Amino acid sequence: MSLDMTRYIYNFNPQYEHKRVSCLENHPWIPSLTRDQVEKILRVIGVGDISELFNDIPASIKLTREQWEKLDIGFGKPISEIEAKRILHGKLSKNTTLKTPPFMGGGVYPHYVPPLVKYIISRGEFLTAYTPYQAEISQGLMQAIFEYQSLMAELLEMDVVNASMYDWGSAAAEAVLMSLRVNKGRTKVILPANMNPYHRKVVESYTWPHGVKIVYAPFNRETGGVDVEELKKLVDEETAGVYLQYPNFFGVVETDAKAIGEVAHEKGALFITGVYPIALGLLKSPGELGADIAVGEGQPLGLGLNYGGPYLGIFATRFDMNLIRQMPGRIIGLAESHRGERGFAMILQTREQHIRREKATSNICTNEALMAIAAAVYLSMLGKNGLVKLAEINYYRAHYAWGKMRQAGLTVDLFKWDFFNEFPVSFNEQGVKYSFIHEKLLERGLHGGLYIGDHYPELGETALFAFTEVHFKEDIDLLVESLTEITRRG
Amino acid sequence: MRTYRQANWSEPLIFELGSPGRLGITLPELEDEVKKVVGGVKIPESIKRVKPPNLPELSEVEVTRHFTNLTQMAYGVDNGPVPLGSCTMKFNPRIAWDLSFNSGVDKLHPLQDERTVQGLLEVMYELQKWLANIVGMDVCTLHPAAGAHGELTGVLVIRKYHELKGQLDRKKEIIIPDSAHGTNPASAAMAGFKVIEVPSGSDGNVDFEALKSVVGESTAGLMITNPNTLGLFEARILEIAELLHKYDALLYYDGANLNGIMGYARPGDMGFDIAHINIHKTFSSPHGGGGPGSGPVCVKNRLVDREKGIYLSDLLPGYIVVYDEEKGIYRLKGPGPHSIGLLKSFFANTIPLLWAYVYIAIMGPQGLRKVTEHSVLITNYFAKLMNGVRGYDIPYGKGRFRKHEVVLSAKPMADEVGVTAEDVAKGLLDAGFYAPTIYFPLIVKEALMTEFTETETPENIERYVERLKEISKIAYENPSKPKEWPLNTSVGRLDIVKANHPKYVAPTWRVYMKRLKGELK
Repeated sequence: MSLDMTRYIYNFNPQYEHKRVSCLENHPWIPSLTRDQVEKILRVIGVGDISELFNDIPASIKLTREQWEKLDIGFGKPISEIEAKRILHGKLSKNTTLKTPPFMGGGVYPHYVPPLVKYIISRGEFLTAYTPYQAEISQGLMQAIFEYQSLMAELLEMDVVNASMYDWGSAAAEAVLMSLRVNKGRTKVILPANMNPYHRKVVESYTWPHGVKIVYAPFNRETGGVDVEELKKLVDEETAGVYLQYPNFFGVVETDAKAIGEVAHEKGALFITGVYPIALGLLKSPGELGADIAVGEGQPLGLGLNYGGPYLGIFATRFDMNLIRQMPGRIIGLAESHRGERGFAMILQTREQHIRREKATSNICTNEALMAIAAAVYLSMLGKNGLVKLAEINYYRAHYAWGKMRQAGLTVDLFKWDFFNEFPVSFNEQGVKYSFIHEKLLERGLHGGLYIGDHYPELGETALFAFTEVHFKEDIDLLVESLTEITRRG
Repeated sequence: MRTYRQANWSEPLIFELGSPGRLGITLPELEDEVKKVVGGVKIPESIKRVKPPNLPELSEVEVTRHFTNLTQMAYGVDNGPVPLGSCTMKFNPRIAWDLSFNSGVDKLHPLQDERTVQGLLEVMYELQKWLANIVGMDVCTLHPAAGAHGELTGVLVIRKYHELKGQLDRKKEIIIPDSAHGTNPASAAMAGFKVIEVPSGSDGNVDFEALKSVVGESTAGLMITNPNTLGLFEARILEIAELLHKYDALLYYDGANLNGIMGYARPGDMGFDIAHINIHKTFSSPHGGGGPGSGPVCVKNRLVDREKGIYLSDLLPGYIVVYDEEKGIYRLKGPGPHSIGLLKSFFANTIPLLWAYVYIAIMGPQGLRKVTEHSVLITNYFAKLMNGVRGYDIPYGKGRFRKHEVVLSAKPMADEVGVTAEDVAKGLLDAGFYAPTIYFPLIVKEALMTEFTETETPENIERYVERLKEISKIAYENPSKPKEWPLNTSVGRLDIVKANHPKYVAPTWRVYMKRLKGELK
């Protein structure tokens, strides 16, 4: 490997090297490190040296200080904050700076994150707290999580929301597992072929050990949505759950969503919906569509793209004890103190791993609580009108891009049904590979959409472009101009 | 003793604040040209939302004050000791906040071209390597989002291992000690295994004879943490590994307690095949009131199938950062044909991982070894000071040194005067301390599982011990008094039974309002 790990170290005053060892007698993150403290404690414990506390480790596997310090860990020596900052900035500066946010979605989206959101979650009382096992001293944290659950419940029009899952994919997988528990004995689950292929892979990994039969419902090539008639043929008495993502992976608004839920319910299967929360400013809520379980990705609600995480898995059900008892994850509920004050407590814990062990509804313990609080702050800022307005901005920006691309002669009408803020663009007619287009866009400092030909070979050289409130008209114009030029030159 | 009073703002719920028409954010107006080209929203009626969501309407001023007040009714490591056992609540240095949350990574899409994120991938590549060296393993994936997620990864890898070897039909059991974290059996069950529990001996370690009697042809693997939840090192770990491997069962290391041995012993050297690491414990990323965490999983590159050339690392899920020598760039290697697939949608919880990178860089190997030494030193200091204090006991492994944590039992106090571990916990809150993990591990009655980490000052340990002594004194003098605790927190003791009662239970404001209006079926 070409990278010289020690290169940076030598940028920093090597004449002070000898002092590095002595700095370990006084580190800001280990207060008991000073010699006086160590000697005093050792005297109390009654041993002569710290190493005696490790005498029960078999000699054959015990590392000496020299063996350990020779391992490639960190930069071989303790370094200062200033050095760490310089090293990391140096490395991260190798990331490409783009002219506009990427025109890319596929489950997570570049959205605006208000500084207030980041400020609240950086406050130490929240940031450095553990799961609120001691309720009375953690009421503010629990109220914030309860408010997340409650705000999300209003957005989804579902009654019960848990304190969070890892992300959309894992939430969808847990929803599928829950449908199998609720409909005990049934072994089949129906997923739409137009769901996010990354989520699909997560569902497959989670269900693999349980002998679940996953059947993929085809989508209509004309509309882009799930075909209700085709779906009807697949749903039967063996079906535990039917999943529907809306907007679906292609960004298409599932116009027949309600009918799909009815098809599921006719055979006693649970109707599970996966949603993009901002789209719910314009689209009917899972509750209104009759969903039994709603999952989704909370990332668009005040979280960064974070290159894969942390995100926020949304998980909700109707108020039905048969469903609630099978729900995964932590839930904060209203409570009362013995003094009669309003308070908050962890509720319905008998579903959880720390109590039920192998009989728990899920193994989840650490979740994404801080991200849930971020979403709560953001939803509080938006309020009912802000959310609708934000959804409209997303819708308009994407439809503007669609219109402009169409004017420019690009193939954007793959599907007939309307879309929210994301749509596929096909380059089959131009006879160019999308990788070429992508390359040329990158040269101009733009990051184009997500190539989906590998997931859907029948669509050929097609990419999914997404637009949000962070893509202004001039950004979109620049993209469309660039695409026009690139495809013309071919 | 210092007196503690937590803030009590009687803060209304967000739904009880604000006023119709208020907005907490400025949003851009749509450009005229955009409006003209689009014309209007064409979403069909069948799917168009008619009624806007019933979200409260607040100004930014109110949102800021509301959440600021809520933070003042919470408690983290920034406030004082949080000695929750097996949670490793160490200090979360702000430099790592600055270099992770403010790194620009929030702008990077996980599906973005690898060539545009070379700096980040380089950092993640190095972190993979550092972590592998810390635990003595060959290959790490940073993919799992938490410890339990790492466990699920591990047991799915065990399942895949046996499937590829054509022996899954008999490899049906995962063995777990009775002192294990609850996530272990829950993860094993999620991976479709039957859980076999083995008891602990009086020395606090796994009862080796009992283990021998349950290991056999049907054993798929063993999940164990070392040091265990009693803070005791599993001294016979090498024999345990040998025994399991004799039956081609894999050993899984639950990394929750790595802070007790880092720099002194490595799971890879102990014979473990798979290990997860809790970034939010050992490597100082903050717990955020419940998450985010990050749970990288590392494996020994054990051969699975010689003919097909399949190694254990080929079974790992998610994305692994690799260096492409030929092109001179870092790449994200996605799941291959033998991988268990994806366990979350995209790469990893990058922000906590960056945090860990900064922490490890600043500590260096020398600092990390000191971390372990001082977490162990502090634990034994505490245990020594608690030795012989009336009402408490330290069961299992009498006379043995603890590693990162120690489990006290309030059983004597509970038996003699009816003051329980929960009462003790509330008494600690009243003095401005967070309480230890209570009623866990399950093998200790009235357990107070205590882990201070290297973060804690000896003065705070002494104050904490003084408070435990004071609680004991009050308990024996006036046993009804502790039942009134806590008095100094923002609310008094909560009625958990009522909060869970079907007639009261309110997981959201929506349910609460429906109940008030009699709309709840």
